Amino acid sequence: MTGPALISVLAVWAVGWFINARLAASHLADARIVRLLVPVIFGLTLLLIWELLVRMTGVSPIVLPPPSMIAERFAGSLPILWVDFEQTIVKGAMTGYVIGMICAFAVAVLADRSDFLTRGILPVGGFMAALPIVGIAPIFVKWLGSDWQSKAAVVAVMVFFPILVNIVAGLRDTSAMQRDLMRTYGAGYWQTLFKLRLPAAMPFIFNGLKIATTLALIGAIVAEFFGSPTVGMGFRISTSVGRLALDMVWAEIVVAAIAGSTLYGAVAWVEGRVTFWHPSQRK
Amino acid sequence: MKSLLPILTIVAAILVIWVLAVVPMNMHLTADQAQRDGLVVVPQTPLERQGYSGLGLSVANLGLIPLTYTLDRPRLPSPHQVAGEMWETIALRNVTSRQSLVYHGWVTLSATLVGFAIGTTLGMLLAVGIVHNRAMDMSVMPWAIASQTIPILALAPMIIVMMGQFGIQGLLPKAVISAYLSFFPVVVGMVKGLRSPDAMQMDLLRTYYASSSQGFWKLRLPASVPYLFASFKIGISAALVGAIVAELPTGARAGFGARMLVGDQYGNPLVTWAALFAAAITAAALVAIFTAMERLTLRRMGMAAA
Repeated sequence: MTGPALISVLAVWAVGWFINARLAASHLADARIVRLLVPVIFGLTLLLIWELLVRMTGVSPIVLPPPSMIAERFAGSLPILWVDFEQTIVKGAMTGYVIGMICAFAVAVLADRSDFLTRGILPVGGFMAALPIVGIAPIFVKWLGSDWQSKAAVVAVMVFFPILVNIVAGLRDTSAMQRDLMRTYGAGYWQTLFKLRLPAAMPFIFNGLKIATTLALIGAIVAEFFGSPTVGMGFRISTSVGRLALDMVWAEIVVAAIAGSTLYGAVAWVEGRVTFWHPSQRK
Repeated sequence: MKSLLPILTIVAAILVIWVLAVVPMNMHLTADQAQRDGLVVVPQTPLERQGYSGLGLSVANLGLIPLTYTLDRPRLPSPHQVAGEMWETIALRNVTSRQSLVYHGWVTLSATLVGFAIGTTLGMLLAVGIVHNRAMDMSVMPWAIASQTIPILALAPMIIVMMGQFGIQGLLPKAVISAYLSFFPVVVGMVKGLRSPDAMQMDLLRTYYASSSQGFWKLRLPASVPYLFASFKIGISAALVGAIVAELPTGARAGFGARMLVGDQYGNPLVTWAALFAAAITAAALVAIFTAMERLTLRRMGMAAA
Protein backbone atom coordinates (compact mmCIF):
# COMPACT_ATOMS: atom_id res chain seq x y z
CA MET A 1 0.00 0.00 0.00
CA THR A 2 1.33 3.43 -0.89
CA GLY A 3 2.16 6.03 1.75
CA PRO A 4 -0.31 8.80 0.84
CA ALA A 5 -3.15 6.28 0.61
CA LEU A 6 -2.38 4.92 4.04
CA ILE A 7 -2.14 8.39 5.54
CA SER A 8 -5.41 9.62 4.04
CA VAL A 9 -7.26 6.48 5.07
CA LEU A 10 -5.98 6.81 8.62
CA ALA A 11 -6.89 10.49 8.62
CA VAL A 12 -10.46 9.80 7.50
CA TRP A 13 -10.81 7.08 10.11
CA ALA A 14 -9.43 9.34 12.84
CA VAL A 15 -11.80 12.18 11.96
CA GLY A 16 -14.86 9.91 11.79
CA TRP A 17 -13.96 8.22 15.04
CA PHE A 18 -13.18 11.50 16.78
CA ILE A 19 -16.63 12.90 15.90
CA ASN A 20 -18.37 9.74 17.06
CA ALA A 21 -16.38 9.50 20.28
CA ARG A 22 -17.23 13.12 21.09
CA LEU A 23 -20.89 12.58 20.27
CA ALA A 24 -21.07 9.40 22.35
CA ALA A 25 -19.42 11.09 25.34
CA SER A 26 -21.47 14.27 25.13
CA HIS A 27 -24.57 14.91 27.22
CA LEU A 28 -26.62 14.72 24.01
CA ALA A 29 -25.75 11.03 23.56
CA ASP A 30 -29.24 9.84 24.40
CA ALA A 31 -30.99 12.24 22.06
CA ARG A 32 -32.73 10.54 19.19
CA ILE A 33 -30.94 12.53 16.54
CA VAL A 34 -27.51 11.60 17.91
CA ARG A 35 -28.42 7.94 18.17
CA LEU A 36 -29.26 8.13 14.47
CA LEU A 37 -26.33 10.31 13.51
CA VAL A 38 -23.55 8.19 15.01
CA PRO A 39 -24.14 5.01 12.95
CA VAL A 40 -24.64 7.16 9.83
CA ILE A 41 -21.27 8.87 10.36
CA PHE A 42 -19.68 5.47 10.94
CA GLY A 43 -21.19 4.12 7.71
CA LEU A 44 -20.10 7.17 5.71
CA THR A 45 -16.57 6.87 7.12
CA LEU A 46 -16.36 3.26 5.95
CA LEU A 47 -17.68 4.19 2.50
CA LEU A 48 -15.13 7.00 2.22
CA ILE A 49 -12.30 4.69 3.23
CA TRP A 50 -13.50 2.13 0.68
CA GLU A 51 -13.55 4.80 -2.03
CA LEU A 52 -10.08 6.06 -1.09
CA LEU A 53 -8.57 2.60 -0.92
CA VAL A 54 -9.82 1.65 -4.38
CA ARG A 55 -8.83 4.95 -5.97
CA MET A 56 -5.41 5.38 -4.40
CA THR A 57 -4.04 1.85 -4.20
CA GLY A 58 -4.83 0.94 -7.78
CA VAL A 59 -7.10 -2.00 -6.99
CA SER A 60 -8.90 -2.67 -10.24
CA PRO A 61 -12.44 -1.21 -10.06
CA ILE A 62 -13.52 -4.40 -11.80
CA VAL A 63 -12.58 -6.45 -8.77
CA LEU A 64 -13.82 -4.00 -6.16
CA PRO A 65 -15.91 -1.15 -7.57
CA PRO A 66 -15.79 2.02 -5.42
CA PRO A 67 -19.07 3.22 -3.88
CA SER A 68 -19.33 6.11 -6.33
CA MET A 69 -19.28 3.69 -9.24
CA ILE A 70 -21.96 1.53 -7.58
CA ALA A 71 -24.15 4.58 -6.97
CA GLU A 72 -23.71 5.59 -10.60
CA ARG A 73 -24.65 2.11 -11.77
CA PHE A 74 -27.61 2.07 -9.40
CA ALA A 75 -28.94 5.38 -10.69
CA GLY A 76 -28.27 4.42 -14.29
CA SER A 77 -30.08 1.08 -14.25
CA LEU A 78 -33.19 1.84 -12.25
CA PRO A 79 -35.54 0.27 -14.86
CA ILE A 80 -33.64 -3.04 -14.79
CA LEU A 81 -33.42 -3.02 -11.01
CA TRP A 82 -37.15 -2.32 -10.75
CA VAL A 83 -38.06 -5.20 -13.06
CA ASP A 84 -35.76 -7.53 -11.11
CA PHE A 85 -37.28 -6.32 -7.86
CA GLU A 86 -40.80 -7.06 -9.11
CA GLN A 87 -39.83 -10.52 -10.33
CA THR A 88 -37.90 -11.64 -7.26
CA ILE A 89 -39.31 -9.73 -4.32
CA VAL A 90 -42.93 -9.07 -5.26
CA LYS A 91 -43.73 -12.22 -7.25
CA GLY A 92 -41.28 -14.69 -5.72
CA ALA A 93 -40.64 -13.69 -2.12
CA MET A 94 -43.91 -11.98 -1.16
CA THR A 95 -46.19 -14.58 -2.76
CA GLY A 96 -44.27 -17.38 -1.12
CA TYR A 97 -44.25 -15.55 2.21
CA VAL A 98 -48.03 -15.16 2.18
CA ILE A 99 -48.60 -18.79 1.10
CA GLY A 100 -46.21 -20.11 3.76
CA MET A 101 -47.81 -17.93 6.41
CA ILE A 102 -51.35 -19.07 5.55
CA CYS A 103 -50.30 -22.74 5.54
CA ALA A 104 -48.53 -22.32 8.88
CA PHE A 105 -51.65 -20.73 10.39
CA ALA A 106 -53.89 -23.48 9.03
CA VAL A 107 -51.66 -26.29 10.32
CA ALA A 108 -51.18 -24.60 13.69
CA VAL A 109 -54.90 -24.09 14.27
CA LEU A 110 -55.68 -27.67 13.15
CA ALA A 111 -52.98 -29.17 15.37
CA ASP A 112 -53.91 -26.91 18.24
CA ARG A 113 -56.96 -29.03 19.13
CA SER A 114 -54.67 -31.89 20.09
CA ASP A 115 -51.97 -31.59 22.72
CA PHE A 116 -50.41 -34.76 21.32
CA LEU A 117 -49.84 -33.24 17.87
CA THR A 118 -48.58 -29.98 19.35
CA ARG A 119 -45.91 -31.79 21.33
CA GLY A 120 -44.78 -33.48 18.12
CA ILE A 121 -44.87 -30.38 15.92
CA LEU A 122 -42.75 -28.16 18.17
CA PRO A 123 -39.52 -30.23 18.10
CA VAL A 124 -39.94 -31.43 14.50
CA GLY A 125 -40.69 -27.90 13.28
CA GLY A 126 -37.78 -26.45 15.22
CA PHE A 127 -35.52 -29.11 13.75
CA MET A 128 -36.71 -28.40 10.21
CA ALA A 129 -36.22 -24.66 10.71
CA ALA A 130 -32.50 -25.26 11.34
CA LEU A 131 -31.97 -27.26 8.15
CA PRO A 132 -30.54 -25.81 4.92
CA ILE A 133 -33.93 -25.82 3.17
CA VAL A 134 -32.68 -23.59 0.31
CA GLY A 135 -31.26 -26.85 -1.07
CA ILE A 136 -34.72 -27.86 -2.30
CA ALA A 137 -34.50 -25.07 -4.88
CA PRO A 138 -33.19 -27.24 -7.77
CA ILE A 139 -35.98 -29.76 -7.16
CA PHE A 140 -38.71 -27.14 -7.19
CA VAL A 141 -37.28 -25.44 -10.26
CA LYS A 142 -37.51 -28.79 -12.03
CA TRP A 143 -41.10 -29.38 -10.90
CA LEU A 144 -42.63 -25.96 -11.29
CA GLY A 145 -40.56 -24.44 -14.07
CA SER A 146 -38.05 -21.64 -13.87
CA ASP A 147 -40.46 -18.73 -13.45
CA TRP A 148 -41.49 -17.16 -10.15
CA GLN A 149 -43.83 -20.01 -9.13
CA SER A 150 -40.93 -22.28 -8.19
CA LYS A 151 -39.31 -19.47 -6.18
CA ALA A 152 -42.56 -18.79 -4.34
CA ALA A 153 -42.77 -22.50 -3.48
CA VAL A 154 -39.20 -22.56 -2.10
CA VAL A 155 -39.92 -19.43 -0.05
CA ALA A 156 -43.20 -20.90 1.23
CA VAL A 157 -41.42 -24.02 2.52
CA MET A 158 -38.60 -21.97 4.04
CA VAL A 159 -40.85 -19.58 5.98
CA PHE A 160 -43.39 -22.26 6.92
CA PHE A 161 -41.44 -23.89 9.76
CA PRO A 162 -40.26 -20.85 11.76
CA ILE A 163 -43.74 -19.31 11.54
CA LEU A 164 -45.43 -22.60 12.46
CA VAL A 165 -43.23 -23.18 15.50
CA ASN A 166 -43.81 -19.65 16.74
CA ILE A 167 -47.60 -19.84 16.31
CA VAL A 168 -47.80 -23.20 18.07
CA ALA A 169 -45.54 -22.00 20.89
CA GLY A 170 -47.50 -18.76 21.14
CA LEU A 171 -50.86 -20.51 21.36
CA ARG A 172 -49.58 -22.40 24.40
CA ASP A 173 -48.57 -19.20 26.15
CA THR A 174 -51.70 -18.54 28.19
CA SER A 175 -51.87 -19.36 31.87
CA ALA A 176 -54.38 -21.79 33.36
CA MET A 177 -55.89 -18.87 35.26
CA GLN A 178 -56.62 -16.93 32.07
CA ARG A 179 -58.16 -19.97 30.39
CA ASP A 180 -60.26 -20.67 33.47
CA LEU A 181 -61.55 -17.13 33.36
CA MET A 182 -62.72 -17.68 29.78
CA ARG A 183 -64.42 -20.89 30.88
CA THR A 184 -66.27 -19.11 33.67
CA TYR A 185 -67.51 -16.69 31.00
CA GLY A 186 -68.90 -19.74 29.17
CA ALA A 187 -66.63 -19.12 26.16
CA GLY A 188 -66.27 -21.96 23.66
CA TYR A 189 -63.07 -23.11 21.93
CA TRP A 190 -63.27 -20.61 19.08
CA GLN A 191 -64.17 -17.68 21.32
CA THR A 192 -61.25 -18.52 23.60
CA LEU A 193 -59.02 -18.80 20.55
CA PHE A 194 -59.93 -15.45 19.03
CA LYS A 195 -60.39 -13.42 22.19
CA LEU A 196 -57.64 -14.76 24.41
CA ARG A 197 -55.12 -17.16 22.92
CA LEU A 198 -54.52 -15.63 19.50
CA PRO A 199 -53.97 -12.10 20.86
CA ALA A 200 -51.72 -13.55 23.56
CA ALA A 201 -49.74 -15.41 20.89
CA MET A 202 -49.13 -12.29 18.78
CA PRO A 203 -45.66 -11.43 20.16
CA PHE A 204 -44.51 -14.96 19.27
CA ILE A 205 -46.19 -14.90 15.87
CA PHE A 206 -44.61 -11.60 14.92
CA ASN A 207 -41.24 -12.89 16.04
CA GLY A 208 -41.65 -15.74 13.54
CA LEU A 209 -42.91 -13.38 10.84
CA LYS A 210 -39.88 -11.12 11.30
CA ILE A 211 -37.40 -14.00 11.05
CA ALA A 212 -39.24 -15.16 7.94
CA THR A 213 -38.87 -11.87 6.02
CA THR A 214 -35.12 -12.34 5.68
CA LEU A 215 -35.52 -16.03 4.87
CA ALA A 216 -38.02 -15.16 2.14
CA LEU A 217 -35.55 -12.86 0.37
CA ILE A 218 -32.72 -15.38 0.69
CA GLY A 219 -34.91 -18.15 -0.70
CA ALA A 220 -36.14 -16.12 -3.65
CA ILE A 221 -32.67 -14.90 -4.62
CA VAL A 222 -30.79 -18.17 -4.13
CA ALA A 223 -33.46 -20.23 -5.93
CA GLU A 224 -32.79 -18.15 -9.03
CA PHE A 225 -29.21 -19.39 -9.09
CA PHE A 226 -30.71 -22.74 -10.16
CA GLY A 227 -32.60 -21.46 -13.14
CA SER A 228 -34.77 -18.46 -13.87
CA PRO A 229 -36.17 -16.49 -16.76
CA THR A 230 -33.82 -13.73 -17.92
CA VAL A 231 -34.99 -11.42 -15.17
CA GLY A 232 -34.71 -11.38 -11.40
CA MET A 233 -32.21 -10.37 -8.76
CA GLY A 234 -30.61 -13.79 -8.37
CA PHE A 235 -30.37 -14.17 -12.14
CA ARG A 236 -28.77 -10.72 -12.45
CA ILE A 237 -26.32 -11.44 -9.65
CA SER A 238 -25.16 -14.76 -11.07
CA THR A 239 -24.86 -13.53 -14.68
CA SER A 240 -23.20 -10.25 -13.68
CA VAL A 241 -20.70 -12.15 -11.57
CA GLY A 242 -19.97 -14.28 -14.62
CA ARG A 243 -19.36 -11.16 -16.75
CA LEU A 244 -17.35 -9.50 -13.97
CA ALA A 245 -19.83 -6.62 -13.87
CA LEU A 246 -19.52 -6.37 -10.11
CA ASP A 247 -20.95 -2.85 -9.92
CA MET A 248 -24.25 -4.34 -11.09
CA VAL A 249 -24.01 -7.06 -8.42
CA TRP A 250 -23.49 -4.40 -5.75
CA ALA A 251 -26.44 -2.42 -7.09
CA GLU A 252 -28.64 -5.53 -6.75
CA ILE A 253 -27.34 -6.04 -3.21
CA VAL A 254 -28.30 -2.45 -2.39
CA VAL A 255 -31.80 -3.25 -3.67
CA ALA A 256 -31.88 -6.43 -1.57
CA ALA A 257 -30.76 -4.47 1.50
CA ILE A 258 -33.43 -1.81 1.01
CA ALA A 259 -36.12 -4.43 0.34
CA GLY A 260 -35.05 -6.53 3.34
CA SER A 261 -35.05 -3.71 5.84
CA THR A 262 -38.31 -2.28 4.45
CA LEU A 263 -40.12 -5.61 4.73
CA TYR A 264 -38.77 -6.15 8.22
CA GLY A 265 -39.69 -2.60 9.16
CA ALA A 266 -43.20 -3.09 7.79
CA VAL A 267 -43.76 -6.25 9.85
CA ALA A 268 -42.30 -4.54 12.93
CA TRP A 269 -44.63 -1.58 12.36
CA VAL A 270 -47.70 -3.84 12.20
CA GLU A 271 -46.41 -5.63 15.30
CA GLY A 272 -46.29 -2.34 17.17
CA ARG A 273 -49.92 -1.68 16.23
CA VAL A 274 -51.13 -5.17 17.15
CA THR A 275 -49.15 -5.84 20.31
CA PHE A 276 -49.15 -2.34 21.76
CA TRP A 277 -50.03 -3.88 25.13
CA HIS A 278 -46.88 -6.01 25.37
CA PRO A 279 -44.04 -4.89 27.72
CA SER A 280 -41.48 -5.04 24.88
CA GLN A 281 -43.38 -2.29 23.05
CA ARG A 282 -43.27 0.21 25.91
CA LYS A 283 -41.33 3.32 25.12
CA MET B 1 -39.11 -38.49 26.73
CA LYS B 2 -42.86 -38.10 26.80
CA SER B 3 -42.71 -36.22 23.52
CA LEU B 4 -41.00 -39.12 21.74
CA LEU B 5 -44.28 -40.68 20.60
CA PRO B 6 -45.71 -37.40 19.23
CA ILE B 7 -42.45 -36.72 17.37
CA LEU B 8 -42.47 -40.19 15.84
CA THR B 9 -46.11 -39.71 14.85
CA ILE B 10 -45.35 -36.46 13.02
CA VAL B 11 -42.32 -37.97 11.29
CA ALA B 12 -44.36 -41.01 10.28
CA ALA B 13 -47.12 -38.76 8.92
CA ILE B 14 -44.60 -36.85 6.80
CA LEU B 15 -43.17 -40.13 5.47
CA VAL B 16 -46.66 -41.45 4.60
CA ILE B 17 -47.52 -38.25 2.71
CA TRP B 18 -44.21 -38.50 0.87
CA VAL B 19 -44.74 -42.16 -0.10
CA LEU B 20 -48.29 -41.44 -1.29
CA ALA B 21 -47.15 -38.42 -3.31
CA VAL B 22 -44.66 -40.54 -5.23
CA VAL B 23 -47.45 -42.23 -7.22
CA PRO B 24 -49.09 -39.20 -8.89
CA MET B 25 -45.79 -37.35 -9.21
CA ASN B 26 -44.13 -40.16 -11.17
CA MET B 27 -47.12 -41.60 -13.02
CA HIS B 28 -46.55 -39.81 -16.33
CA LEU B 29 -42.93 -40.96 -16.49
CA THR B 30 -43.92 -44.48 -15.43
CA ALA B 31 -46.64 -44.67 -18.08
CA ASP B 32 -44.22 -43.61 -20.82
CA GLN B 33 -41.68 -46.17 -19.63
CA ALA B 34 -44.31 -48.94 -19.33
CA GLN B 35 -45.51 -48.30 -22.87
CA ARG B 36 -41.95 -48.59 -24.18
CA ASP B 37 -41.71 -51.90 -22.33
CA GLY B 38 -44.85 -53.13 -24.08
CA LEU B 39 -47.33 -52.89 -21.22
CA VAL B 40 -50.91 -51.72 -21.72
CA VAL B 41 -51.39 -48.09 -20.72
CA VAL B 42 -54.87 -46.66 -20.67
CA PRO B 43 -54.77 -43.46 -22.69
CA GLN B 44 -52.58 -44.87 -25.39
CA THR B 45 -50.71 -41.84 -26.75
CA PRO B 46 -48.44 -39.60 -24.64
CA LEU B 47 -50.37 -36.63 -26.01
CA GLU B 48 -53.65 -37.89 -24.54
CA ARG B 49 -51.92 -38.59 -21.24
CA GLN B 50 -50.77 -34.96 -21.09
CA GLY B 51 -54.42 -34.03 -20.52
CA TYR B 52 -54.61 -36.21 -17.38
CA SER B 53 -53.48 -35.10 -13.95
CA GLY B 54 -51.03 -37.34 -12.12
CA LEU B 55 -53.81 -38.55 -9.86
CA GLY B 56 -56.24 -39.21 -12.74
CA LEU B 57 -53.65 -41.21 -14.63
CA SER B 58 -52.87 -43.24 -11.50
CA VAL B 59 -56.56 -44.16 -11.07
CA ALA B 60 -56.74 -45.16 -14.72
CA ASN B 61 -53.63 -47.37 -14.41
CA LEU B 62 -53.83 -48.96 -10.99
CA GLY B 63 -51.59 -51.79 -12.12
CA LEU B 64 -48.68 -49.46 -12.80
CA ILE B 65 -48.53 -48.04 -9.28
CA PRO B 66 -45.76 -50.37 -8.01
CA LEU B 67 -43.61 -49.29 -10.95
CA THR B 68 -43.69 -45.63 -9.85
CA TYR B 69 -41.37 -46.58 -6.99
CA THR B 70 -38.67 -48.11 -9.15
CA LEU B 71 -37.89 -45.44 -11.76
CA ASP B 72 -34.22 -44.69 -12.36
CA ARG B 73 -34.80 -40.98 -12.72
CA PRO B 74 -38.03 -40.22 -10.86
CA ARG B 75 -39.51 -36.75 -10.50
CA LEU B 76 -40.02 -37.53 -6.84
CA PRO B 77 -37.86 -40.38 -5.56
CA SER B 78 -39.38 -42.51 -2.83
CA PRO B 79 -37.76 -42.56 0.62
CA HIS B 80 -36.23 -45.98 0.09
CA GLN B 81 -34.55 -44.83 -3.14
CA VAL B 82 -33.02 -41.81 -1.41
CA ALA B 83 -31.92 -43.98 1.50
CA GLY B 84 -30.43 -46.50 -0.94
CA GLU B 85 -28.51 -43.81 -2.81
CA MET B 86 -27.23 -42.37 0.46
CA TRP B 87 -26.16 -45.79 1.73
CA GLU B 88 -24.34 -46.41 -1.51
CA THR B 89 -22.54 -43.05 -1.63
CA ILE B 90 -21.78 -42.78 2.07
CA ALA B 91 -21.01 -46.29 3.24
CA LEU B 92 -20.01 -48.26 0.17
CA ARG B 93 -17.61 -45.83 -1.51
CA ASN B 94 -14.04 -45.10 -0.60
CA VAL B 95 -14.10 -41.79 1.30
CA THR B 96 -11.51 -40.24 -1.01
CA SER B 97 -13.55 -41.01 -4.12
CA ARG B 98 -15.39 -38.26 -5.98
CA GLN B 99 -18.49 -40.44 -5.79
CA SER B 100 -18.45 -40.44 -2.03
CA LEU B 101 -20.77 -38.10 -0.16
CA VAL B 102 -18.38 -38.25 2.79
CA TYR B 103 -15.74 -36.63 0.61
CA HIS B 104 -18.12 -33.92 -0.58
CA GLY B 105 -19.44 -33.45 2.92
CA TRP B 106 -15.95 -32.92 4.29
CA VAL B 107 -15.21 -30.29 1.63
CA THR B 108 -18.28 -28.31 2.72
CA LEU B 109 -17.90 -29.01 6.43
CA SER B 110 -14.24 -27.97 6.62
CA ALA B 111 -15.04 -24.58 5.04
CA THR B 112 -18.02 -24.22 7.39
CA LEU B 113 -15.98 -24.95 10.51
CA VAL B 114 -13.03 -22.71 9.57
CA GLY B 115 -15.42 -19.87 8.74
CA PHE B 116 -17.44 -20.42 11.89
CA ALA B 117 -14.30 -20.32 14.03
CA ILE B 118 -13.16 -17.06 12.42
CA GLY B 119 -16.61 -15.49 12.53
CA THR B 120 -17.37 -16.33 16.15
CA THR B 121 -13.93 -15.27 17.40
CA LEU B 122 -14.19 -11.88 15.69
CA GLY B 123 -17.80 -11.58 16.81
CA MET B 124 -16.97 -12.18 20.45
CA LEU B 125 -14.07 -9.70 20.34
CA LEU B 126 -16.26 -7.04 18.76
CA ALA B 127 -18.99 -7.68 21.35
CA VAL B 128 -16.50 -7.12 24.18
CA GLY B 129 -15.44 -3.87 22.49
CA ILE B 130 -19.05 -2.77 22.09
CA VAL B 131 -19.87 -3.35 25.74
CA HIS B 132 -16.81 -1.42 26.92
CA ASN B 133 -16.82 1.46 24.47
CA ARG B 134 -19.87 3.61 24.09
CA ALA B 135 -18.79 5.18 20.80
CA MET B 136 -18.27 1.72 19.34
CA ASP B 137 -21.64 0.60 20.64
CA MET B 138 -23.46 3.54 19.06
CA SER B 139 -21.59 3.24 15.76
CA VAL B 140 -21.57 -0.51 15.14
CA MET B 141 -24.56 -1.98 16.94
CA PRO B 142 -27.29 -0.52 14.68
CA TRP B 143 -25.47 -1.96 11.65
CA ALA B 144 -25.07 -5.37 13.29
CA ILE B 145 -28.80 -5.46 13.99
CA ALA B 146 -29.72 -4.17 10.53
CA SER B 147 -27.57 -6.87 8.94
CA GLN B 148 -29.99 -9.47 10.31
CA THR B 149 -32.80 -8.08 8.16
CA ILE B 150 -30.77 -8.10 4.96
CA PRO B 151 -30.14 -11.16 2.76
CA ILE B 152 -26.34 -10.80 3.05
CA LEU B 153 -26.08 -14.33 1.67
CA ALA B 154 -26.51 -12.69 -1.75
CA LEU B 155 -22.93 -11.43 -1.45
CA ALA B 156 -21.64 -15.01 -1.66
CA PRO B 157 -21.10 -15.37 -5.44
CA MET B 158 -19.28 -12.06 -5.60
CA ILE B 159 -16.91 -12.89 -2.76
CA ILE B 160 -15.91 -16.10 -4.54
CA VAL B 161 -15.16 -14.20 -7.75
CA MET B 162 -13.41 -11.30 -6.02
CA MET B 163 -11.12 -13.59 -4.10
CA GLY B 164 -10.61 -15.65 -7.23
CA GLN B 165 -9.25 -12.53 -8.93
CA PHE B 166 -6.58 -12.36 -6.27
CA GLY B 167 -5.78 -16.01 -6.86
CA ILE B 168 -7.43 -17.27 -3.67
CA GLN B 169 -9.51 -20.36 -4.29
CA GLY B 170 -10.81 -23.47 -2.61
CA LEU B 171 -11.63 -23.46 1.06
CA LEU B 172 -10.89 -19.88 2.03
CA PRO B 173 -13.52 -17.92 0.03
CA LYS B 174 -16.23 -20.27 1.30
CA ALA B 175 -14.91 -19.88 4.84
CA VAL B 176 -15.11 -16.08 4.50
CA ILE B 177 -18.79 -16.37 3.59
CA SER B 178 -19.45 -18.73 6.51
CA ALA B 179 -17.52 -16.34 8.75
CA TYR B 180 -19.55 -13.24 8.02
CA LEU B 181 -22.82 -15.17 8.21
CA SER B 182 -21.98 -16.45 11.71
CA PHE B 183 -20.35 -13.16 12.77
CA PHE B 184 -23.44 -10.96 13.17
CA PRO B 185 -25.64 -13.34 15.20
CA VAL B 186 -22.73 -13.86 17.60
CA VAL B 187 -22.13 -10.11 18.00
CA VAL B 188 -25.79 -9.43 18.73
CA GLY B 189 -26.19 -12.41 21.10
CA MET B 190 -22.95 -11.83 22.97
CA VAL B 191 -23.66 -8.12 23.52
CA LYS B 192 -27.07 -9.05 24.87
CA GLY B 193 -25.46 -11.64 27.15
CA LEU B 194 -22.69 -9.36 28.44
CA ARG B 195 -25.36 -6.81 29.32
CA SER B 196 -27.67 -9.34 30.99
CA PRO B 197 -26.42 -8.93 34.60
CA ASP B 198 -28.90 -6.65 36.33
CA ALA B 199 -28.22 -3.55 38.41
CA MET B 200 -28.41 -5.50 41.65
CA GLN B 201 -25.64 -7.89 40.59
CA MET B 202 -23.45 -5.06 39.32
CA ASP B 203 -23.97 -3.22 42.60
CA LEU B 204 -22.96 -6.27 44.55
CA LEU B 205 -19.64 -6.37 42.68
CA ARG B 206 -19.17 -2.70 43.40
CA THR B 207 -19.64 -3.30 47.13
CA TYR B 208 -16.95 -6.00 46.80
CA TYR B 209 -14.73 -3.25 45.32
CA ALA B 210 -14.26 -5.34 42.17
CA SER B 211 -12.40 -3.71 39.30
CA SER B 212 -14.03 -3.49 35.92
CA SER B 213 -11.90 -6.32 34.55
CA GLN B 214 -12.87 -8.51 37.51
CA GLY B 215 -16.47 -7.60 36.81
CA PHE B 216 -15.98 -8.72 33.23
CA TRP B 217 -14.35 -12.07 33.99
CA LYS B 218 -16.42 -13.02 37.01
CA LEU B 219 -19.86 -11.69 36.16
CA ARG B 220 -20.40 -10.48 32.59
CA LEU B 221 -18.60 -13.26 30.76
CA PRO B 222 -20.23 -16.17 32.63
CA ALA B 223 -23.61 -14.44 32.29
CA SER B 224 -23.18 -14.25 28.52
CA VAL B 225 -22.66 -18.00 28.05
CA PRO B 226 -26.33 -19.03 27.61
CA TYR B 227 -26.82 -16.24 25.04
CA LEU B 228 -23.61 -17.23 23.32
CA PHE B 229 -24.76 -20.81 22.81
CA ALA B 230 -28.06 -19.65 21.35
CA SER B 231 -26.06 -17.55 18.88
CA PHE B 232 -23.70 -20.43 18.12
CA LYS B 233 -26.61 -22.60 17.07
CA ILE B 234 -27.96 -19.93 14.73
CA GLY B 235 -24.45 -19.17 13.49
CA ILE B 236 -23.42 -22.72 12.67
CA SER B 237 -26.51 -23.44 10.57
CA ALA B 238 -26.10 -20.10 8.80
CA ALA B 239 -22.44 -20.94 8.18
CA LEU B 240 -23.35 -24.29 6.62
CA VAL B 241 -25.97 -22.72 4.35
CA GLY B 242 -23.37 -20.14 3.37
CA ALA B 243 -20.80 -22.76 2.42
CA ILE B 244 -23.37 -24.71 0.38
CA VAL B 245 -24.66 -21.65 -1.45
CA ALA B 246 -21.08 -20.54 -2.10
CA GLU B 247 -20.60 -23.69 -4.14
CA LEU B 248 -23.60 -23.09 -6.37
CA PRO B 249 -23.08 -20.32 -8.90
CA THR B 250 -19.36 -20.77 -9.37
CA GLY B 251 -19.17 -24.27 -10.73
CA ALA B 252 -17.37 -25.73 -7.73
CA ARG B 253 -16.42 -29.36 -8.31
CA ALA B 254 -16.77 -30.66 -4.77
CA GLY B 255 -19.08 -30.13 -1.83
CA PHE B 256 -22.76 -30.60 -1.10
CA GLY B 257 -23.72 -27.61 -3.24
CA ALA B 258 -21.74 -28.98 -6.17
CA ARG B 259 -23.45 -32.37 -5.80
CA MET B 260 -26.89 -30.75 -5.85
CA LEU B 261 -25.95 -28.85 -8.98
CA VAL B 262 -24.51 -31.95 -10.68
CA GLY B 263 -27.67 -33.94 -9.97
CA ASP B 264 -29.72 -31.06 -11.32
CA GLN B 265 -27.74 -30.55 -14.53
CA TYR B 266 -27.32 -34.21 -15.44
CA GLY B 267 -30.97 -34.99 -14.72
CA ASN B 268 -30.16 -37.38 -11.91
CA PRO B 269 -32.54 -36.43 -9.09
CA LEU B 270 -31.29 -39.14 -6.74
CA VAL B 271 -27.91 -37.38 -6.50
CA THR B 272 -29.59 -34.08 -5.64
CA TRP B 273 -31.86 -35.68 -3.05
CA ALA B 274 -29.05 -37.61 -1.42
CA ALA B 275 -26.90 -34.47 -1.19
CA LEU B 276 -29.85 -32.54 0.23
CA PHE B 277 -30.48 -35.11 2.94
CA ALA B 278 -26.80 -35.46 3.74
CA ALA B 279 -26.61 -31.67 4.17
CA ALA B 280 -29.67 -31.77 6.40
CA ILE B 281 -28.12 -34.52 8.53
CA THR B 282 -24.88 -32.55 8.79
CA ALA B 283 -26.77 -29.44 9.90
CA ALA B 284 -28.74 -31.44 12.43
CA ALA B 285 -25.57 -33.05 13.79
CA LEU B 286 -23.82 -29.68 14.16
CA VAL B 287 -26.77 -28.18 16.02
CA ALA B 288 -27.03 -31.31 18.18
CA ILE B 289 -23.34 -31.06 19.11
CA PHE B 290 -23.80 -27.47 20.22
CA THR B 291 -26.95 -28.36 22.14
CA ALA B 292 -25.06 -31.09 23.98
CA MET B 293 -22.14 -28.73 24.69
CA GLU B 294 -24.60 -26.13 25.92
CA ARG B 295 -26.27 -28.56 28.30
CA LEU B 296 -22.94 -29.80 29.61
CA THR B 297 -21.44 -26.34 30.07
CA LEU B 298 -24.51 -24.84 31.71
CA ARG B 299 -24.75 -27.78 34.08
CA ARG B 300 -21.10 -27.39 35.06
CA MET B 301 -21.73 -23.68 35.62
CA GLY B 302 -24.83 -24.39 37.68
CA MET B 303 -27.07 -22.59 35.21
CA ALA B 304 -28.87 -25.58 33.72
CA ALA B 305 -32.58 -25.18 33.31
CA ALA B 306 -34.23 -27.96 35.28
